[in-house]
Amino acid sequence: MFKHFINLELKSFLRSASVGKSIALKLFLGFIAFYFILSFLVLGIALYPLLHESFLNQKPIQIVNNAVIFWLAIELIFRFFMQSLPVMNIKPLLILPIKREKVIHYVLLKSVFSIYNLFPLLVILPFGITTIIKGNVDTAAVLVWMFTLYILVLCVNYANFLIKKKFADNILAFLFFAILGGTFVGLEYFEIFKISSFIGSILNSLLLNPILVLAPLLLLSGLYFWNFNYLKSNFYLDNTLKSKIKEAKTTDLSWTKSFGEIAPFLQLDLKLIWRNKRPRTTVFMSFIFLLYGLMIYTNPRQSEISFLNVVVGLLMSGIFMINFGQFIPSWDSSYFGMILSQNITFRKYLDSKVGLMSFSVIVLALLTTPYVYFGWNVLATNLACAVYNLGINIPVLMFAGSFNVKRIDLEKSPFMNYQGTGAAQWIVGLPLFLIPGLIFFIFSELFNAETAIITIATIGIIGLLCRNMLMNFITKGYQTRKYATLNGFKQQEN
Amino acid sequence: MIQVTQLSKTYNETNVLNIPNLEIPKGQSFGLVGNNGAGKTTFFSLLLDLIQPTTGTLTNNEIQVNTSEDWKPFTSAFLDESFLIGYLTAEEYFYFIGDIRGQNKADVNALLVKHEEFFNDEILRNKKYLRDLSKGNQKKVGIIATLIGNPKVVILDEPFANLDPTTVSRLKKIIKELGENPEITVLVSSHDLQHTVEVCDRIVALNKGEIVKDIVTSAETLKELESFFAV
Repeated sequence: MFKHFINLELKSFLRSASVGKSIALKLFLGFIAFYFILSFLVLGIALYPLLHESFLNQKPIQIVNNAVIFWLAIELIFRFFMQSLPVMNIKPLLILPIKREKVIHYVLLKSVFSIYNLFPLLVILPFGITTIIKGNVDTAAVLVWMFTLYILVLCVNYANFLIKKKFADNILAFLFFAILGGTFVGLEYFEIFKISSFIGSILNSLLLNPILVLAPLLLLSGLYFWNFNYLKSNFYLDNTLKSKIKEAKTTDLSWTKSFGEIAPFLQLDLKLIWRNKRPRTTVFMSFIFLLYGLMIYTNPRQSEISFLNVVVGLLMSGIFMINFGQFIPSWDSSYFGMILSQNITFRKYLDSKVGLMSFSVIVLALLTTPYVYFGWNVLATNLACAVYNLGINIPVLMFAGSFNVKRIDLEKSPFMNYQGTGAAQWIVGLPLFLIPGLIFFIFSELFNAETAIITIATIGIIGLLCRNMLMNFITKGYQTRKYATLNGFKQQEN
Repeated sequence: MIQVTQLSKTYNETNVLNIPNLEIPKGQSFGLVGNNGAGKTTFFSLLLDLIQPTTGTLTNNEIQVNTSEDWKPFTSAFLDESFLIGYLTAEEYFYFIGDIRGQNKADVNALLVKHEEFFNDEILRNKKYLRDLSKGNQKKVGIIATLIGNPKVVILDEPFANLDPTTVSRLKKIIKELGENPEITVLVSSHDLQHTVEVCDRIVALNKGEIVKDIVTSAETLKELESFFAV
């Protein structure tokens, strides 16, 4: 039976629209993967000698034990945002003579082979082996230790799915986790209760009593079956596989009429954002990112305007623009055929998207003005970055959007649905930051930071002045690629 | 109104549509019948510039559809549910379509009142998003939306499928009314021969992408078609 599943999975991968992506993108993705693999491997090999030299009175393995909780926490956070549940289109399988349990086991077991579970292994294995060779620790104990750490990684793997599925939609539950995490960080920081050494001491005693490995094993199976039961009880069409019917609330958006011809689309986009979970989260995220500046400006080492300030400036005013813009026109994928055949010119449709993004940049930029508290140059940087976002980054995102062929199902229930986001979406973000960052770097090295900021703002203004021309060019791109886009949107992704 | 010349569509060397010549005069109600895969939806998609023809051209009121967008103001279509915006209510959707076709709320409301009966109290004022309506009710919304803004060309793909018997007979009435207007060209596809014969002046049968029958509707048409499709 599993043979069939794997066959299905392979086909859905090989036959999806995104496989046909350009070879350059594939190479880049491959490069990124290679880079990470190499980084982790180097860390794994270098960790033992490094710790051995820096901490003479402690065994390296004990220091690692103390750090394990941080590793796991960071991994959990990272996975929460990056890793998606291994999804299969389950619906067609429901009525086939396949045991439900089998499908669920398959979905869950498949996740073990995720690349996220490979990275920790790249550190654990070399470090463990060096410890055996040099560490004067019992070989069997280290082997058990390595095994235990990997079990813990898998625990994070399954814990992540639970958190994602059960709590991701519920902002309060999410807050609960945030507070819980914050409390532990606080207790650690003020040295009231050091969870790091607590976990560390447990892992240390594991080296003496390998039988303790049973505890994480139990934890793992517990998490696995929690996942299993959750999926099993929600494996019905009228349950999580079907979205809840909410009562429609109509809001008066006639104020948008003042925007002229793009008004109907603007209204549509506002409703799109407000009534669908996915885009709505984007908006909430934007406000959280406004706090990003606090992390940077309060750092005393960051009194000079630097490359980092530019990135933060771009991010604070541009976060909505990026999150919304990278999925243009996928947001409208479910009714793209209508958009194309209705009495709509492409230009107007795109203009309304640009309008919405510009509006968000301006609003977010205004909200960052209190950062003037940290100096006028901070404000100037943020505003220059906002202008750059308006002038250059919006057209760049719009242009990138014309290559989007991935469908987004706004209506799909959030159950097992994290579609559309992938590494590719993050890659689009790179030029948005790298190019202005590079401009800043070059000009501040050649002249000074002020000149660099002025240059960034000027480039933004030039972009704004050329907007009409740029948009004509971008519209042509959308028009020539619209058949491919439409074809891609028709494919149900899973 | 619609002129098709040397039109063909090929996917991986399989010819799915091949129409050397077809002319649909203004005001005609044109029925397209055929089995699954005969090329009905392909033809409509080509007419709406949703897919590219392999060869040949399509003109709508002398405008070549894949080079200019000027046919859009007077053409309206409903091919499938992907023409609906799921997160809008029916009213909002109608007003949205009205907006982009230059109709104000009062114009749209007047049209909706006229079709109150067709909706059968299941569409308007029920506080549901379109995505939560049943397939049949979604179809009703899509069909009525094509009538907004006085289109000159109305394209309906399989309008009778998924509808209940009462609605089917009401829909036939609507299409017949459209057909009686000499300004409006109606294009309907269906695999229900009887319905098509009832509402259309002219029927073209497609089989594997080729036109196999082109007849002006008369008393014998249904029999002729039935015997053709009977194996």
